Amino acid sequence: MSTGYAVSGGARGRYEAWTPNRGTEIISDHLAMEGATLPILHAMQEAFGYVPQDAVPLIADALNLSRAEVHGTMTFYHDFRHEPAGKHVVKVCVAEACQAAGGHVTSEKVSKALDCAFGETRPDGQVTLEPIYCLGLCSCAPSAMVDGRLIGRLDDEEIEEIAAECRA
Amino acid sequence: MSAFKLYVPGDAAAVALGADRVAKAFEKAFAEKGMDVEIVRNGSRGMHWLEPLVEAVTPQGRVGYGPVKAKHVAGLIDAGLFEGGEHELRLGDVEKIPFFARQQRFTFARVGLVDPASLEDYVAHDGYKGLKRAVELGGPATVEEVFESGLRGRGGAGFPTGIKWRTVAQCPPGQKYIVCNADEGDSGTFADRMIMEGDPFTLIEGMTIAGLAVGATKGYVYCRSEYPHAIKAMNVAIKAARKAGYLGKQIAGSDYDFDMEVREGAGAYVCGEETSLLESIEGKRGLVRAKPPLPAHKGLFGKPTVINNVISLCSVPFILANGAKAYADVGFGRSRGTMPIQLAGNVKYGGLYEIAFGVTLRELVEDVAGGTFTGKPIRACQVGGPLGAYLPEHQFDTPFDYEAFTKIDALIGHGGVVIFDEDVDMARMALRHGVLRGRKLRGNARPAELDPPAGWRRWTR
Ligand SMILES: Cc1cc2nc3c(=O)[nH]c(=O)nc-3n(C[C@H](O)[C@H](O)[C@H](O)COP(=O)(O)O)c2cc1C
Ligand code: SF4
Ligand code: FES
Repeated sequence: MSTGYAVSGGARGRYEAWTPNRGTEIISDHLAMEGATLPILHAMQEAFGYVPQDAVPLIADALNLSRAEVHGTMTFYHDFRHEPAGKHVVKVCVAEACQAAGGHVTSEKVSKALDCAFGETRPDGQVTLEPIYCLGLCSCAPSAMVDGRLIGRLDDEEIEEIAAECRA
Repeated sequence: MSAFKLYVPGDAAAVALGADRVAKAFEKAFAEKGMDVEIVRNGSRGMHWLEPLVEAVTPQGRVGYGPVKAKHVAGLIDAGLFEGGEHELRLGDVEKIPFFARQQRFTFARVGLVDPASLEDYVAHDGYKGLKRAVELGGPATVEEVFESGLRGRGGAGFPTGIKWRTVAQCPPGQKYIVCNADEGDSGTFADRMIMEGDPFTLIEGMTIAGLAVGATKGYVYCRSEYPHAIKAMNVAIKAARKAGYLGKQIAGSDYDFDMEVREGAGAYVCGEETSLLESIEGKRGLVRAKPPLPAHKGLFGKPTVINNVISLCSVPFILANGAKAYADVGFGRSRGTMPIQLAGNVKYGGLYEIAFGVTLRELVEDVAGGTFTGKPIRACQVGGPLGAYLPEHQFDTPFDYEAFTKIDALIGHGGVVIFDEDVDMARMALRHGVLRGRKLRGNARPAELDPPAGWRRWTR
């Protein structure tokens, strides 16, 4: 037996389809919180894989905010997606410590191996590749996160493994 | 109780190097052999080049093996790891490894040692002694104790924590908040992450003491979304503390109330700046507020608010438990106590190294870190993150001290040291990060923050 905590990875097929009812349910789960906007947006993304545009007026009404305010918050933060991501999400750290460990070469290799540019979802919808600014793994750089799974000292072997994972 | 106990770090750095796979492989192998073993997912001891570093509890104490891969598991069991058996990965007592033995672990004393999910383990290792003393002292004397310790904010600016707390304590009674800045956005820093993952109860205790000291009953930890393991560990610990009466009404049988929760950031670097962080918790865009008013007077939801970095708050339980003097007795000049330094980038022995102020950069990067991973000469070190500076070799003898760093136009910041070898193209780094800064500081950053940063100025001079 094992105590402690584990963070599950895997973006695969764990999202629900958006319905206004489900959206309203998520909102009401958070109404008791002070400053509920970000927790609601996170919960929406957790449920649907992105924050549907239709959720904005629902959130605004429930929190007594204007739609512009909710829209402004949602678009300010990089985390919130406006459309579903690819089946796999690969994030590669491009911050200084990873650069010091050869990260610029590594990130280009990842992009090539996945045939996907940074900030884009491949046309077949199989993978989204994103830059990330430090995962706190700067002592075992360069680093990446694949569907929630952390990888340190990213090397050619790991890149091949990522590419294989993303073919599935 | 199981017959055997094995520690396999659940720290994100260890996990990134394969610790989850190692834990699974052990679990499977033990099941096959019918061995009853408790696997504890502890924090990291901070020697990241040895991760995953597992520790077996033997009759002679804990014996470390590392770096372990799943393929080593069968061999380790055959070697008799619970007897401390010989194996090529055997490290012996990990606390005797020079990198570890030379440290002064005040704040990180329990990280890697305890089970981060167990409140009992925390209490068994001196946990909640600080809170007990704070309850005895009462609010005002607790504030003074923190002031006397000389503790300065570890989030970057080095502002005396005691003065910040005094300001909030002096505000009229009413709703007040303790906010913990766990945004840790600077590259090269991971101390906040490590302590939240490895010893989350220390942060809970630190925030509880802060609440008691200034009369706040509610706390928020604003943690960046890039740290899912830290968020998980904090939430597990908060639940356990609440269940045991260490959070909620009349904490630990005292007259004080305090509760707290974690709020997740959403990928905006600027939200590490304290006023923009407050805006973000309130549910708004992370725009920097004009000061004054100070957050201490008008902070979260317009109420008096203490906002401190994770390490600042995690230093408090030690100070209360051991007395301000024990903390202030170490250090250099007006920089008292210890600093958890993070050795990163192109580094041979990277990890977390807690030591009293006054250590020089040269000792750190040459002796402790052993130079670069690539084996090439060090070209420069970036200290203090993107707002700090790139220091060339001729400045390596500068002692770690807020004032000494200011004198050379540098910053200690959050204590991150990123090592670069001679292959680095400094102009490219500077330019690139100038671009990054522009992107990440989305929203209306203050003009001062958009000045060319020190590192850039230094290298183009
Ligand atoms: C752009 C910017 C980013 C910052 N990022 C962080 C951060 O990630 N973590 C942190 O603790 N402080 C950060 N700070 C400093 C905070 O504004 C603030 O000084 C700190 O939370 C105060 O806590 P302390 O007194 O305990 O250091 C940042 C400041 C600026 C201007
Ligand atoms: S250019 Fe500036 S922001 Fe970028 S890394 Fe250098 S000092 Fe930091
Ligand atoms: S800079 Fe890449 S993990 Fe910190």
